[in-house]
Amino acid sequence: MTAGHPFPDPESLAADVTAGRRAALASALNLLDDRRPEARRCASILLARLQGSATGMENSRLIGITGPPGAGKSSLTAALMRVWRQRGLSVGVLAVDPSSPISGGALLGDRLRMKTSHDDDGVFVRSLACRGEFGGLSAEVWPMSQVMLAAFDITLIETVGVGQREVDVSGMCDTTCFVAQPGSGDSIQFLKAGILEVPHVLVVNKEDMGAVARRTLSELSAALGREHGEGGWEVPVLSVSATVGTGIEVLADVLEAHHQHLLAMDMLRERRRGYQAAWIVKRLRGEFGSHGLEQLGGEQVLLRELAVEPTSLYEQYEVLRSRLLSK
Amino acid sequence: MSDTSVQRDRPWLMRTYSGHSSAKASNELYRTNLRKGQTGLSVAFDLPTQTGYDSDHPLARGEVGKVGVPVDHIGDMEALFEQIPLGQMNTSMTINATAPWLLALYVAAAERQGVDPSQLQGTTQNDVLKEYLSRGTYIFPPEPSVRLTTDLIAYTVQNIPKWNPTNICSYHLQEAGATPTQELAYALSSAIAILDAVRDSGQIPEERFPAVVGRISFFVNAGIRFVEETCKLRAFGRMWDELVQERYGVEEPKLRRFRYGVQVNSLGLTESQPENNVQRIVLEMLAVTLSKNARARAIQLPAWNEALGLPRPWDQQWALRMQQVLALETDLLEYGDLLDGSPVVEAKVQELITGAREEMQRVAEQGGMVHAIESGHVKRELVQSHTRRMRAIESGDLEIVGVNCFQETAESPLTSGTDSGIMKVDPRAEQEQITALQAFRAVRDQEQVELALAALRSAATGDGNIMPPSIQCAHAGVTTGEWSEVLRDVFGEYRAPTGIDIATGDRPSEALQQLREQVRTTGEELGRPLRLLIGKPGLDGHSNGAEQIAVKGRDAGFEIVYEGIRLTPAQIARAAQEEGVHLIGLSVLSGSHMELVADIQLELANIGAGDVPVVIGGIIPEDDERQLREQGVQAVFTPKDHDMNAIMANILDVIRHSNGLEARD
Repeated sequence: MTAGHPFPDPESLAADVTAGRRAALASALNLLDDRRPEARRCASILLARLQGSATGMENSRLIGITGPPGAGKSSLTAALMRVWRQRGLSVGVLAVDPSSPISGGALLGDRLRMKTSHDDDGVFVRSLACRGEFGGLSAEVWPMSQVMLAAFDITLIETVGVGQREVDVSGMCDTTCFVAQPGSGDSIQFLKAGILEVPHVLVVNKEDMGAVARRTLSELSAALGREHGEGGWEVPVLSVSATVGTGIEVLADVLEAHHQHLLAMDMLRERRRGYQAAWIVKRLRGEFGSHGLEQLGGEQVLLRELAVEPTSLYEQYEVLRSRLLSK
Repeated sequence: MSDTSVQRDRPWLMRTYSGHSSAKASNELYRTNLRKGQTGLSVAFDLPTQTGYDSDHPLARGEVGKVGVPVDHIGDMEALFEQIPLGQMNTSMTINATAPWLLALYVAAAERQGVDPSQLQGTTQNDVLKEYLSRGTYIFPPEPSVRLTTDLIAYTVQNIPKWNPTNICSYHLQEAGATPTQELAYALSSAIAILDAVRDSGQIPEERFPAVVGRISFFVNAGIRFVEETCKLRAFGRMWDELVQERYGVEEPKLRRFRYGVQVNSLGLTESQPENNVQRIVLEMLAVTLSKNARARAIQLPAWNEALGLPRPWDQQWALRMQQVLALETDLLEYGDLLDGSPVVEAKVQELITGAREEMQRVAEQGGMVHAIESGHVKRELVQSHTRRMRAIESGDLEIVGVNCFQETAESPLTSGTDSGIMKVDPRAEQEQITALQAFRAVRDQEQVELALAALRSAATGDGNIMPPSIQCAHAGVTTGEWSEVLRDVFGEYRAPTGIDIATGDRPSEALQQLREQVRTTGEELGRPLRLLIGKPGLDGHSNGAEQIAVKGRDAGFEIVYEGIRLTPAQIARAAQEEGVHLIGLSVLSGSHMELVADIQLELANIGAGDVPVVIGGIIPEDDERQLREQGVQAVFTPKDHDMNAIMANILDVIRHSNGLEARD
């Protein structure tokens, strides 16, 4: 979709995305990235339609993988993708890389596609730049994940995280998996200090490094209380090696177990709705500042309202937005 | 003519790196070259042979017989050396990942000529480590690659004692941008990694180890700064001598000699006013011959028109004649070392040694060369150096005659002929090779093939030397693709770090700042930041150009998707769609651009992404450029486009035009 062409019709785009058409998926992701007003209107309709038609979205999993640079997240993602594909599950990946704060440019994608199957319709990778947004992910990531969710069995968001950045991805995924680098004490310190939000699954990669990996494993287990506090989910601490390929099946099992746990506790729907609400608030704040939020009754009120609001949140967003614009 | 009683040194081995189309055509070329006074052979293999694919493999499409000769099996190897007595020949083979296999074929072909393999003389390049950094014809991960290298060394030291089993290459590092210091440091660090591996493999009895050290040779580069290059070679000799004495306890001086062959610099050869390359090549040859104590053992020179396309026999003859004039007509070989005792030279040598030692220390701190490659450290250093070089050319700080100064030129009679001054590979060569290969497969004894492949697999999974079963495979009629497939299965495939994630902290030039602004505003007009896919299709691993474009693109504010070398057209088309890029930039240097571009355009159309504009960079002759443009390629960049900001601006224009935006101011 380009300047010379009209924007795609969001209704048919939604249908094509749900049907898993790759060209439609690509064009939907481009649309969600597009900041022009007309594109944003189309995008809101697209998201609303996807949500409306995606009654089966509870069978899709939205997983975040994060951790410090060098922990082997990309290798682990690739290894997981292979396991999921063997299990017949389709996978969409959003891989987020840092971008240059000065030039705005970025180097992306230098990691995943080649490590996985080449001509596989069950895999789709979109790379994204942080685009300099302070404290984490760019605003496009979350809506893009919703498009992926409508098209694939598993949607995975991979982000580089040090310290507070993890908070962002855990604020939009059903299941957050933190990958720790053996021998680095950072993750443990962050956990203890409460900077690192406790993930649902903790992984120590590179178990082929031997003693140093085992030590990190036991330190992490010790730093972590046993419970996550979400319906009694006990946070597993796993040891894997993405390059050698050990422990990946177990990790895939554990991620699935967490999804089943959310379903069994009837937490999935509520959680996703909470994330949507948070995204809307974040976006409104980005556009109108704290003052704008105050005019709508303040963040807490807004979040509460949005959490119970039965209509599509995207439509709700447009309503709130125009309410502010007309003021 | 001088006094004929003067004792002259024997000239170095004179070779021309050559091979193309088919074994038969290359054999004719070799025999002609030998008649012209060439004293050794240097075999160029095509990319499928170098990366372990048969000529009929989908990835080989467009590459068969392009940059060298295709060798699929023993029949090709025999045809390549028909009427060339292998017992008397000195043959250098530029072969790395598949080196054990090509040597096995060479041994088997010699046996069929009735030559005892122990008599064979020559060189297998067999240095995979540098392939991860430059050139890119690696297949397996570093660890099994080092093991294969080690097996070949151990085998030849015991069975083919006059063979040079490995040519540690600094040549390609310079092509990738290495400074003299980096060349010294990384080549010597690679040699350490290989020698340590041979020692630790336990295949060589301790008392024979000095003989292994004595067989290690090097393949170096010589650039246009020929004084510094001469000093670099003197530094090489001194550092090697010390290293093997201290680290491996080699006492015998003869076994500590730094023996090297050379091909002079191709990176500095220009497409603009290409006749100037002749004097560049001659000066570079001086660098490796001037100092008797640091003189090359074997020299091959590039042809003057390498940046234009494939050289013709006449171009190669010219390169050979340059060597002959220097060795036979001048008085160079009548004197001892001309530079000994020069304080200027000595100071420069010391400076290089000091710098190289520091970098070798950094590599050692990372656990040695293999680890420093795996971590991406070495590649990043090289990309950084190359980026600095490109910047210097752009800014004019580094003057290149005919490129960024003195561009005005009369029309060249050298390039105005009907062939535009380059060689065209017969387009039928690929199909003929495939037909012959399939006929060969049909008549061989399948049972022998299976047995030999089973023996190969068993050696690969165990710790038996890979050479004996490989020679068995050669005789049994196994193909290059089959041999490689067994090892791919056992060892897995590897992807090396691209090294492009470097920080380029320099202050941006005004031109770059302006470009950034235009990239940003065009992104705003199109609704989202501009994204480019930089793709390297085919088997060509020369990634410097693609890497520099990626780095520059990032600096200009584009979001760059670059996934390294050896991608299929389908992968590139898919990646372009999945990543939602505004433009695809391809880089092809192997001459297979016509086939690859057509395939990519077809794949794009098939998946409904035919509207993404495509541009290409590479060694692309003018005729092909015209045809590519007719096929819808939006821009074609060749080595004469040295201004990277201008390339980026051009790319931006293509994006604007394709999206119906007005041209920039």
